[in-house]
Amino acid sequence: MPRRILTGVRALGRRVDNAIWRLGFATRFLLMILVYSGTALRRFGLTVRQIYFSGVLSLIIILVSGLFVGMVLGLQGYDTLQRYGSEESLGVLVALSLVRELGPVVAGLLFASRAGSAITAEIGLMKATEQLSAMEMMAVNPLARVVAPRFWAGVISMPLLAAMFSAMGVFGGYLVGVVLIGVDEGSFWSQMQSSVDVREDILNGVIKSFVFGVAIALIAVFEGYDAEPTAEGVSGATTRTVVISSLAILGLDFILTAFMFRGT
Amino acid sequence: MNRTILDLWVGFFVVAGIGALLFLAMKVGNLSSANLDDAYPLHAQFDNIGGLKVRAPVKSSGVVIGRVSAIRFDERSYTAVVTMQVDGRYRFPRDTIASILTSGLLGEQYIGLSVGGDPDMLTAGDVLKKTQSAVVLENLIGQFLFSKAAEGDSSAPAPQEKKP
Repeated sequence: MPRRILTGVRALGRRVDNAIWRLGFATRFLLMILVYSGTALRRFGLTVRQIYFSGVLSLIIILVSGLFVGMVLGLQGYDTLQRYGSEESLGVLVALSLVRELGPVVAGLLFASRAGSAITAEIGLMKATEQLSAMEMMAVNPLARVVAPRFWAGVISMPLLAAMFSAMGVFGGYLVGVVLIGVDEGSFWSQMQSSVDVREDILNGVIKSFVFGVAIALIAVFEGYDAEPTAEGVSGATTRTVVISSLAILGLDFILTAFMFRGT
Repeated sequence: MNRTILDLWVGFFVVAGIGALLFLAMKVGNLSSANLDDAYPLHAQFDNIGGLKVRAPVKSSGVVIGRVSAIRFDERSYTAVVTMQVDGRYRFPRDTIASILTSGLLGEQYIGLSVGGDPDMLTAGDVLKKTQSAVVLENLIGQFLFSKAAEGDSSAPAPQEKKP
């Protein structure tokens, strides 16, 4: 019996130790990316290529999801608001929930599973097939050549994708609310415009999506670089990217929201 | 290497992203109408501001002519001092009354300016002398109950007096 407890404690200790080890390495990794990102910015073609793979190819899922989320918000919001006779506030409800929360968060979750997992798998496979070691042999720094462009592509793509998600969602809410149900178009837009503040709501949403972009991109490239160089290791790293970045997005969202929107 | 096609797509992507941001700022937000032309500040003292918030609209005849920029508590007079930025295109007489009104039964609160007849105009930094505080629903209900109770007291003996 004591032996079993001992092994349990030992396993727990190994997990915690491992987590702290990896956290420290991830922090050092971020600093190293920043140091070596000179190449990614000087040879911007590399970054542009990665923006294509992680940003442009995520467009369809982001736009379609945004449209549907906005349409659902329109239906659900109308159903609740019409009970209180204030269905003109539908535009406010749709716009505020999208710009403040759903845009950055849902776009972040989609981006993590669509692009983050792909980045991890790609870098992990490069490591498993020893392409990264081969680069080092040729005196090419894999951090500068492979990791930094993918990192910056994620950081650049994420705010743009979140903005498109929100815009598409507002359009979806407009389609359902105004075109389908028949809420007055003038009050839909004018109430939205009078309640949504550019700095308080939209800029804070952009800041959120930027922070999520940094988190997702860092987790994706780190998991790929840190993956065990086996088929199993790469698959585990891909799973961890999606799980950890989803948790990171939701946790960071709580912290950022607590700082940004405390009411006046 | 079809770098040009790729560049084109990334260009489209960035343009669409910035377009979405502009759409959010102009159409969803109020960037286009938020900037008041050379606004000037006016102050007003209220006994009770109710639920008035910073950035609440200032309206006259229902038209938005400014925004509340600051609310603070004056500890000498124990009243709330509300500072508002009023659009420089509009001038108001000195005896303008500022009152805190509510749009709809449960809507947001705003400041309504009722124009007086004074020939002198308010200038930047002036204090509005006449104000009307927010209507507090609880006080209204309390007054209603008291008046009902008072009515009940006076109406009870009234029929007895009428008896011959």
